[in-house]
Amino acid sequence: MKLTRRNLLILSSAGVAATAMGSLPAFASLTDDEIAKLTGGAETGEGAITITAPEIAENGNTVPIEVSAPGAVAITLFADGNPVPNVATFNFGPLAASRSASTRIRLAATQNVIAIAKMEDGSFQKASANVKVTIGGCGG
Amino acid sequence: MASGVKPRVKVPKSAAAGEAITIKTLISHKMESGQRKDDDGNVIPRSIINRFTAEFNGESVIDVKLEPAISTNPYFQFEATVPESGEFKFTWYDDDGSVYDTSKKIKVQ
Repeated sequence: MKLTRRNLLILSSAGVAATAMGSLPAFASLTDDEIAKLTGGAETGEGAITITAPEIAENGNTVPIEVSAPGAVAITLFADGNPVPNVATFNFGPLAASRSASTRIRLAATQNVIAIAKMEDGSFQKASANVKVTIGGCGG
Repeated sequence: MASGVKPRVKVPKSAAAGEAITIKTLISHKMESGQRKDDDGNVIPRSIINRFTAEFNGESVIDVKLEPAISTNPYFQFEATVPESGEFKFTWYDDDGSVYDTSKKIKVQ
């Protein structure tokens, strides 16, 4: 193949695509590892937990997230596209009126935000939301 | 101690017994993630608040573990039940060992 401008462009875009595809599963498995560490490999149910996140976040530095899981003792948040997937863990005390909380988090790129709730009976519930990020929030 | 750290909390002044009240907290803190680099390419060391707790008359309302993915000026909103008049105590724990706290009284009618 002759090194023309057109060929260079094709090559470079293919390279970018390859790195993007190569890095995503790595992050995803890191998140899976962290989730497995939390749940001890137990099956996670769905439905008893809701996560509220914007569909599109213009600024990845501060993305409002709300989680709610009636009957949960703790809710842990993960972001599967961040360099470190762990985000926060909310442990509810006896005086928590509802098993819900909101905060603001950093997202490096478009990705899934995952919430795992530990229920009173020891089972786990999972919910996730995809957030499109226009400007990433990890600096560098 | 990180400079300019100032906790701010919003709690209603009064409530009915057993009522669920909404609490909003914010603390000014840069939450340096440990991922960023300065102009010379050196990693800026992590400096965040790693734990936040809210208690009412010594009983836990919420205990949050924070990771670097929490935004600058960490904000939390949650709900608490107040069985009697008393005082909320909010505490933030910094990576550098500093502890910031503030408290708010609430009256139950």
